[in-house]
Parts: sequence; structure tokens; C-alpha cells
Amino acid sequence: IVCHVMYLFAEFDDAANLLAANPDATTISIDEPVEIPKNQHSHLQEPGREEDDELLGTDDSDKTELLAGQKKSAPFWTFEYYQTFFDVDTYQVLDRIKGSVFPVPGKNFVRLYIRSNPDLYGPFWICATLVFTIAVSGNLSNFFIHLGKPTYHYVPEFRKVSIAATTIYAYAWLVPLALWGFLMWRNSKVMNIVSYSFLEIVCVYGYSLFIYIPTAILWIIPQKVVRWVLVVFSLCLSGSVLVMTFWPAVRDDNRRIAVATVAAILLLHALLAVGCLAYFFDAPELDIPAPIIPAHNGTTVITKSH
Amino acid sequence: FPGLADVSISQDIPVEGEITVPVGSHSPDEDYSTLDEPVKDTIMRDLKAVGKKFVHVMYPRKSSALLRDWDLWGPLVLCVSLALMLQGGSADSKDDGGPQFAEVFVIIWFGAVVITLNSKLLGGTISFFQSLCVLGYCVMPLTVAMLVCRLVLLAGAGTVSFIIRLIVVGAMFAWSTLGEFWLWGGCEGCAAPRFLADSQPPNRKALVVYPIFLFYFVISWMILTFTPQ
Repeated sequence: IVCHVMYLFAEFDDAANLLAANPDATTISIDEPVEIPKNQHSHLQEPGREEDDELLGTDDSDKTELLAGQKKSAPFWTFEYYQTFFDVDTYQVLDRIKGSVFPVPGKNFVRLYIRSNPDLYGPFWICATLVFTIAVSGNLSNFFIHLGKPTYHYVPEFRKVSIAATTIYAYAWLVPLALWGFLMWRNSKVMNIVSYSFLEIVCVYGYSLFIYIPTAILWIIPQKVVRWVLVVFSLCLSGSVLVMTFWPAVRDDNRRIAVATVAAILLLHALLAVGCLAYFFDAPELDIPAPIIPAHNGTTVITKSH
Repeated sequence: FPGLADVSISQDIPVEGEITVPVGSHSPDEDYSTLDEPVKDTIMRDLKAVGKKFVHVMYPRKSSALLRDWDLWGPLVLCVSLALMLQGGSADSKDDGGPQFAEVFVIIWFGAVVITLNSKLLGGTISFFQSLCVLGYCVMPLTVAMLVCRLVLLAGAGTVSFIIRLIVVGAMFAWSTLGEFWLWGGCEGCAAPRFLADSQPPNRKALVVYPIFLFYFVISWMILTFTPQ
């Protein structure tokens, strides 16, 4: 019951603060926001921080920790513990996907959509779909590019599926792990207002990969310009989701470290996209008349330029 | 209990009865141990059960109580035959060819286990092995498609054969997925007992059905892209 009440009240930032202070109290839904003195972090509040409220939803790590502790109460060796990570309905998953594809400027993905209910369904199945989409699209694209050549013999290239799976799952799990460790380490040195649990970071990364699924399908088009425009476009969308999520978490830190962290996040994301494009999709051939190179034994060898 | 106030049980009326515990799913009306029956009977009974399930998958009828008695023989036979038929594909180098036997096997079984775990984690109440049984048996239309593809490829490997194979694989993929969807999700107007459908929480049916769709799509892709040497 507490979990459902929490879900309803997450919209009202101040009411949520009230509940965090006293989780067992029954509360009544009120339509207008209630003004409650923010006494938890008042020593960190500055006049220039009002825009935080909209971005963060006036969240604080205390509330998240308290809720997290209440939700996952089953011991980790029982099945029920893992069921708490799949406590989402269809419309929630669809909402989260929508939120990752159409990032609202100024709104934090984690606070707006995940609201202390991180799920593993989205990250896992989005990664699985992405793996197979990239493998199938790459195969199809190579088929169409090389179609018509007399020496071309179609191969299914099934080995690439395992490579794609390893890469994408490693990215979706190891990078959040590293980022979470890094944020925890910085949290111990600098007091941050916002901190995320490991599962929330995994969730953000998993849902941010969704935009690559339609991108991979469109990469079948054998035009270099189209492919690179798609890369930039999808990178902007999913990168902005990541930046808007993690910038509040590192902003309080040393300026250089904050910028370096966000830059590293974006760089890894770009590397994934460009790497997948380069490895799974052959370059479309250019129609330039090939130079004729006389070989040593007198026969001419025609080479095609890529 | 006012009506029972003057009921008394005399001491010399014997109280007797029978307590029976259902033995198992196979033959509840047998009163002798199956250890004593001839081996032929045992094998024939299991073979008949498997055969009935094959027929039921191809022509689903109203009573889906058949799948309550799960067995994994059918899925094993289907998986092995599909993996064997996917062998012999062409490859320029070892890395570029079609899936190896072990890869097909792992994809089918590991995929089925992951889908079952997914549905159980989302709150489904279906038994683990029942779900594996249903997923395995619904691979049958795709195995038939693979057989047809291999026969078509014997005739030739041109565009016409590709179109035929595409149509056959597409139809069998739709059959498998719709069969699964019918069993898992049910349909509103169907009178069939949807015991699998009722075991899923109502707001999460799409979340449960999508991985099944992905699973059969991958198997169909492997079948469609099979090219002989």
C-alpha cells in the first residue's frame, strides 16, 4: 500500500517530502501543492538553486534511500526480491520509452519516469532487441550493397550476433557500474544533492538505447550521408537524456570533473554508435571509376575504392 | 449448531473410508505401479501423448488442457531436428556462416528459459515447465517451414525460391506467434479455456508476449537466411 501511495504522491514534490519524513502516515490527496519548509537541505539551498526544483523534483537522497529500503524488503535469495524489479505495467514501460525518445528539456528522466521504481524489464529487452536488430539490419544492408556482383555469395554472418550481444550488454551493464562507482566515490568527497542507485543508472542507460533500434533499421539505407545524419540525430536525443540525468549529480563537484564526467558519458555513447555502424554495416561502395594498376606479371588489376 | 445437539456417535459403529492421493499427471486411474507394465506400453503411452500435442499445436482446438500435462520430449525432438537441418550452410570462412548446432540449441533453450523467467518475474502464475513445454511445441510450425525450405532449395536457389521460402517462413512465423499469443494472451471472443491467459496479470500481457515474438522472429530469421553450399 505504501508503494502505491508513493507512486501517486510523487507528482507533488512537497507532499513527497512530507511522506518521506513519516512513511507510515496516511495522507489525503490534495490538488494544490502544499508549502512545507525544506529543512533537510536548507544549508545547501542558495537563491540560484530554484531551478533545481523543476529539474530534480526537489528530490533528496534520503527519500530515495528510505523508499528503496521499503520496496526491496525481501532477502536477495528469494524469487520475490527479483520480482520487485519487474513491477511495471505495459503503459509504464511505454511511457518510459517515450520519455527517452522525446526528452523534455529541463526534466530529469529518472525523477519524471522512474520515480524510485527502476525496472530491469526495459533495459534487458531493449538490449536484446537492439542486438538482433543490429545483426539483422547489418546482414540485410550488406546483402543489398553487394547484390548483383557476380563474385558475391550471401552468408548469414551469424558470428556477429554473439559479438553484438557481448558489446551491447557489456555497455549497458559495465558502464553504469563504473559510473555508479565513480559517483559514489565523488559523493563521499563532495556532498551532492542528487544521487542515483545503481539500478536507476542501469535503467536510464537501458532506455536511452531505445532510439538506436529504429536508427539501426534505417541504417540499411546505403547512403553515407543518411547514415551519419542518423548517428548524429540519435546521439543528440539519447545523449541529451543522459546529460540531463547526470548533470545534476555532478554539478556540485569540481567544475572540471563535472564536465569531464559528462564528456566521458557522451564519448562512450558516441563510440558505441559509431563502432556498431563501422563493424556491422559495410561501407556503401562509391561509384568512382577505378584506377587500373598494372601488376607485376603483366595482367591488369582493377581495384575499387571504398 | 442447534441441529446437531442430540447427535451422538455410538461406539460400535465403525468409521471407515479411503484416502487417496493423486499419483501424478500421467495416469490417475491406474491402480498398479507403472513399473510392472511392459516397456512397449510405457513408450507407446508417452509417444501418443507427444503425438497428440503435435497435432494440437498444428490444429489448436478448444480443449487446451492437453498442455497441462507437460513433457519436454517434443521440444527436444523439434530443437534437435531444427538444429540438424540448419547445418550444412555455406561459409567463406568459419566466422561467416550460419549458426552452429550448439548455437541453435542454446538459442532455443536459453531463449525459452529467459522468456519463462520473464513471465514469472512479471507476476505470472504458470508453472516453469509448462511454459517451456508450450514454447517448445510452438516451434513446430517453424520446423515444418525449415523442412519445406530445404526441399525448395534442392530445386534451386534463385529469386523465385527465395520468394517461396519467404512466404512459407512468414506464414509459419505468424502461425507460431499467433498460436502462442492465443495461448498466452487469449482472445476476447474465444470460448476456449484460456488457462495460460488467466495466469498472467492483466496489465502486462503485452510485456509477456513481446519476448515471445522476438524469439520466434530470431528463429525465423535463422531459417530464412539459410543458404546451402
